[in-house]
Amino acid sequence: MFRTLDQAQHVLPDVVVEIDGHAVRCREGSSVAAVLFANGIAACRETAVSRAPRGPYCMMGICYDCLVVIDGQDNRQGCMTPVRQGMKIERQLGPRKVRA
Amino acid sequence: MQALHVTQPRESTKGSVAFPHGAGQRNHAIYDAVVIGGGLVGSALAYGLRDAMDRVAVLDEGDVAYRASRGNFGLVWVQGKGVGLARYGQWTLASACAWESMAEDLMSRTGIDVGLVQRGGLHVLLSDREVEARLALMRRLHAQPGMTERPWSLLDRHEVAELIPGAGPDVCGAIWTPADGAANPLKLLRAFHAGMCIRGIDYLPRRPVAAIRKMHGIFTVDTVAGPVCARQVVLAAGLGNAALARLVGLDVPVRPQRGQVIALERTAPLLGLPCSHLRQMEEGSWIIGDSQEEVGYADTEIGLAVVGTMADRALRTLPALRDVSVVRVWSALRVMSPDGFPIYEQSESCPGAFVVTCHSGVTLAAAHARMLAPMIAAGRLDDDMQPFSTQRFSHVQNA
Repeated sequence: MFRTLDQAQHVLPDVVVEIDGHAVRCREGSSVAAVLFANGIAACRETAVSRAPRGPYCMMGICYDCLVVIDGQDNRQGCMTPVRQGMKIERQLGPRKVRA
Repeated sequence: MQALHVTQPRESTKGSVAFPHGAGQRNHAIYDAVVIGGGLVGSALAYGLRDAMDRVAVLDEGDVAYRASRGNFGLVWVQGKGVGLARYGQWTLASACAWESMAEDLMSRTGIDVGLVQRGGLHVLLSDREVEARLALMRRLHAQPGMTERPWSLLDRHEVAELIPGAGPDVCGAIWTPADGAANPLKLLRAFHAGMCIRGIDYLPRRPVAAIRKMHGIFTVDTVAGPVCARQVVLAAGLGNAALARLVGLDVPVRPQRGQVIALERTAPLLGLPCSHLRQMEEGSWIIGDSQEEVGYADTEIGLAVVGTMADRALRTLPALRDVSVVRVWSALRVMSPDGFPIYEQSESCPGAFVVTCHSGVTLAAAHARMLAPMIAAGRLDDDMQPFSTQRFSHVQNA
């Protein structure tokens, strides 16, 4: 459904991140949400109560539908977080855990 | 990689009831009773009055009203209540005991689950000094003549840790009262309003009251949308009662007391029972509360000093919340009488006009719907309601 613009393909250097355990090559400076889209992941989370699938919507920090787990931290906003080399991204499945 | 599809059918909104808010006045030339105020107090009373009366109306303001019922914490709370007025302790306990049956009634009529959980509650104590002060208060409360016996105990930190998984090292103990509990206050308000609609109670919003007159035994309540006539008038307008009560010859000295609430994002369930300052809602979100400030009507501000202190106490209680994000902070105004107890009274100079005001619209909802409303419908408050009249304030002044 989404793909990276040809013009953007070679503008910035490559980084490699992990999405649900799979290594993915992407452009430095892209948002996590954009990388998820570019890799075919439309629904990056399941809601906390009814477990309905949700995906990035506003792409500007407002809707909180792009929540993912980033480097072990739950409920991070994928659209507001630029990818970094070695970043571990996981889908946010249900409510965040509280480690008591 | 597999992409999930966003086409899964949503869960049906079971139990939701469409009701035409502001549907307007039906053809009741004279209501049996008109309740002024559509918050938790007014809607509980109207709901209860309907058992004995055919024609009941509720007048409400618009969203400019102070709306304590939209901002509260939702505890159904017994412990610590009634120091200085044993009758209030009894009344509170009676309401807590009637709550489950009221919740079942609302569920069966409206399909709305108001989220009642009554498995006990904790007042967490974070220093030895707090333990001593709270113990003294609880002993004073229960030593009063006329106080209904109800179990409570002081738990040590190990016993608390069994009820609050991951309780912090600052937790010295907690007062445990099995009668305590909590509900979802927004769902309660919605259930009352849905119930009013289903039961044919006329809800008339955006009608602030300008005047109340009584002629030939009939009240005429003047609103911006015209007059409404009734044989009885119940003032349940929260902070608005101060001005309205004068129109029926009563002096009701209520003032705003601000409380702030912090809401955290939803998490997996952890805290199975409410604390007086911290609870996890049934769908996973957390709220932190219990602040009290005398700052007038300033309900459009929040203050970092108070919010910071509240957050600090919550974190000392449950350090794991450190990683959980805040999603909202708000202020709301409690409706406080000079001694903090409810005011229930019928006007002597204007019989048929009643005033009802309190700061515990959730806890006392069952008492209001099931005990107070029948008295109002009968035209007379029971003798044992006398301690709640405003006469207690003139006694204080004369002493």
